[in-house]
Amino acid sequence: MMNRVLAKRELAPLVTLLEVEAPRIQRRWKAGQFIIIRPLESSERIPLTIVDSDPVRQSITMVIQAIGKTTREAVSLEPQALMCDLVGPLGEPATMTTGKNVVCMAGGVGVAELLPVAKAFHEAGNRVVALCGARSDNYRILDTELQAAVDELHWATDDGTYGFHGNVVQLLQSLAGPDTFQEGHVIGPIPMMKAAAEATRGWNMKLHASLNPVMIDGTGMCGGCRVTVGNEVKFACVDGPEFDAHLVDFDELTRRNRAYREMEQEALAHKCRVGLDVR
Amino acid sequence: MAAPPLKYKPNPKAPRQALPLLDAHVRAHSADEVALGFTPEQVSVEAQRCLQCAKPTCVEACPLHIDIKRFIARLAEGEFQSAHDVISEQSPFPGVCGRVCQHELFCEDACIVGRKWDPVAIGSLERFAADHARLRMKELAASYPKPTGPKVALVGSGPASLIAAYDLVRWNYQVTIFEALHKLGGVLAYGIPNFRLPREILREEIARLQNMGVEFVVDFIAGKTATLKELMEEGYQAIFIGTGAGLPHMMGIPGENLVGVYTANEFLTRINLMEAFKFPDAPTPVRIGKRTIVVGGGNSAMDAARWANRMGSETTILYRRGRVELKARLEEIEHAEEEGIKFEFLAAPVALYGDENGYVKEIECIRMELGEPDESGRRAPVPIEASRHRIPVDTVVAAIGQAPNPTLQKVTPQLITRRGRILIDEQGETSMPRVYAGGDVVRGGSTVILAMKDGRAAAKAIHDTLSSTPEVQ
Ligand SMILES: Cc1cc2nc3c(=O)[nH]c(=O)nc-3n(C[C@H](O)[C@H](O)[C@H](O)COP(=O)(O)OP(=O)(O)OC[C@H]3O[C@@H](n4cnc5c(N)ncnc54)[C@H](O)[C@@H]3O)c2cc1C
Ligand SMILES: Cc1cc2nc3c(=O)[nH]c(=O)nc-3n(C[C@H](O)[C@H](O)[C@H](O)COP(=O)(O)OP(=O)(O)OC[C@H]3O[C@@H](n4cnc5c(N)ncnc54)[C@H](O)[C@@H]3O)c2cc1C
Ligand code: SF4
Ligand code: FES
Repeated sequence: MMNRVLAKRELAPLVTLLEVEAPRIQRRWKAGQFIIIRPLESSERIPLTIVDSDPVRQSITMVIQAIGKTTREAVSLEPQALMCDLVGPLGEPATMTTGKNVVCMAGGVGVAELLPVAKAFHEAGNRVVALCGARSDNYRILDTELQAAVDELHWATDDGTYGFHGNVVQLLQSLAGPDTFQEGHVIGPIPMMKAAAEATRGWNMKLHASLNPVMIDGTGMCGGCRVTVGNEVKFACVDGPEFDAHLVDFDELTRRNRAYREMEQEALAHKCRVGLDVR
Repeated sequence: MAAPPLKYKPNPKAPRQALPLLDAHVRAHSADEVALGFTPEQVSVEAQRCLQCAKPTCVEACPLHIDIKRFIARLAEGEFQSAHDVISEQSPFPGVCGRVCQHELFCEDACIVGRKWDPVAIGSLERFAADHARLRMKELAASYPKPTGPKVALVGSGPASLIAAYDLVRWNYQVTIFEALHKLGGVLAYGIPNFRLPREILREEIARLQNMGVEFVVDFIAGKTATLKELMEEGYQAIFIGTGAGLPHMMGIPGENLVGVYTANEFLTRINLMEAFKFPDAPTPVRIGKRTIVVGGGNSAMDAARWANRMGSETTILYRRGRVELKARLEEIEHAEEEGIKFEFLAAPVALYGDENGYVKEIECIRMELGEPDESGRRAPVPIEASRHRIPVDTVVAAIGQAPNPTLQKVTPQLITRRGRILIDEQGETSMPRVYAGGDVVRGGSTVILAMKDGRAAAKAIHDTLSSTPEVQ
């Protein structure tokens, strides 16, 4: 189904927000779910988290970090353009709880993916502390939206240009101990999610990680997105994307996500050569 | 009314015509269709082999009851167009079925000529009639008025839903097919390779339905994008579930998640649906190393092996039973052998080993011997413990079967299932009123033609119900 792009906004270098018409998904999605898009007829299928929606404009919002061929194709779409394919909402919603102290951690573009989950925790009656990481001050995204959504927001920057000097996990360790939070959610680069899991192992806290394996169909049909969680094989697109962070085999996920690295670079270079690159 | 006298004398003793094939060396590197199709001369000989039986057992045996006898007579007379018209009375998919249907199990198995000689090559004749009529597709549909009857939703765009759509639209229902993927056809699109079923054939036969007024909605996952209840509320009077059996079985052995280990579904989806065989001209890659091992013995195994081989990998099929137990279409097994794919029978994988980067590099296998028959009546393979051995490998494809995808069932607890399969009554109706099901979601893995048989039966049941219910007319 063709979906019209309604708005586009650059949030930080290489991080772009797209608002796209999607009446059915807008009605049904829950925090933690995602979609799969094919920006152009010639594109790959890639998963993106649903960040927000608007019932009046019948739209959903996604925030995309342009790191490769397909994400670049996606952010090259201008308002009024038609996105070739958009399907969802996929995956299970984020696990919710109520009346607890909850920590929500994210890094990079994960901050956008965290926003709906943090909001949902807050609306469900939890006290929510958000710990967000960025490379540098000018890479911080959605600060206002997060401020409005949670009880406490802390930033960490790698270079110390804003907030805590260090990464999100170091920030967590500086602020909290084994009994500070009863529940947590983490989303972002794999090393960060792994570090968060390690840092909180033994704490009296459940930690959910939203995983980002390579996906194709997103319907449980191919098994390409499989991850190992507590020695069990799970399909992240249908069983996840969220799993118990303390049980996830992050090293395997890292290896599986690297499987196509050289080929992805080849794909990018190939298009450059024939002059179809989208900036 | 007696049939008009034949204009020719049947000659069943003539040798069954062999389907011309692309040379095995050429096709080992090509995505082009393997079978080239009969020449008109061959059609004449083959069609005249048919006895024009008074009681054609082939028609009875065909799950769609295509009037085989009559279309063959048209072909024998050189009336190629009208042969296609005869097939169209029952099926708009002769191009698909002429290529992928297991004729040897149905019409050709029943053909009287086969009792004494080789049966009439019904499948190849069907295919010829389809290919001949291709140019006429548009005009065929133009004569249909827009349907105005009650709305019916069909979930999944595999063969089961496609044939149901054909029947329902001809009864004037407003039919919408909802498909999860971005392309139509189900396994015909993501599973069966181009070299067996060229995509333009599939597209054109589906386009014929489109021209007749069937609506197609892609990127729609029933149970996720909307529930069945919501579809009912949107005015659909009946729903057919033809969501297939897309959930791959895993091997359950150590090392299964190493890089380079695929399910057949992922491997074939990457190559067929996403066209990874064109990479980097197509954006989705697939990792195929120097040596590929495909585990399994069905159609998926043959298709995966033949792709790996075409993409330059030395390919072996590992099957835990013997050659006679292979479940793929006979033709595909023969083609795989001709193309140089090796078969290791009575062997199964027990573990996979990777290198320091997590790429698969060795497969450990065990030999089997055949023991007592199991519940399927086939002799069950029993491992010989002392026979464990390791083989170097770069790509492993597990083609060991699949189960219905549970997505829709999970959010629709009213649907009663057994081992993942949706249960239906004799009319094809599920435990939910006016919700029908058929094809692989009911049967587990099955065949194109049985899925179509189910789709047809459900369409009839839907028609019977809705046409006798005054408020929906
Ligand atoms: C459930 C889920 C939700 C996601 N939500 C978002 C989102 O909201 N916003 C967003 O920007 N991205 C999100 N992603 C990641 C996004 O799907 C990938 O960045 C995208 O597939 C990359 O495609 P590409 O063709 O642009 O890059 P490619 O050329 O395919 O890859 C470029 C580089 O990125 C790496 N890479 C590839 N896939 C992934 C991945 N899944 N995760 C991390 N690195 C990867 C590759 O190894 C390579 O180095 C999500 C992923 C999943 C599974
Ligand atoms: C690789 C392979 C090769 C084969 N070769 C042959 C052959 O040569 N001959 C033969 O007779 N049989 C063959 N088969 C078997 C045959 O293809 C199947 O039996 C047949 O396609 C089943 O048809 P179906 O309509 O039930 O479902 P499918 O063809 O499986 O189609 C189901 C469709 O439903 C969609 N879907 C699933 N869930 C949802 C949802 N919730 N909402 C919307 N859409 C949904 C899927 O994406 C899919 O497109 C083969 C199978 C495979 C896997
Ligand atoms: S059974 Fe064989 S000989 Fe008889 S009508 Fe059918 S195809 Fe012809
Ligand atoms: S992406 Fe194919 S099963 Fe999850």
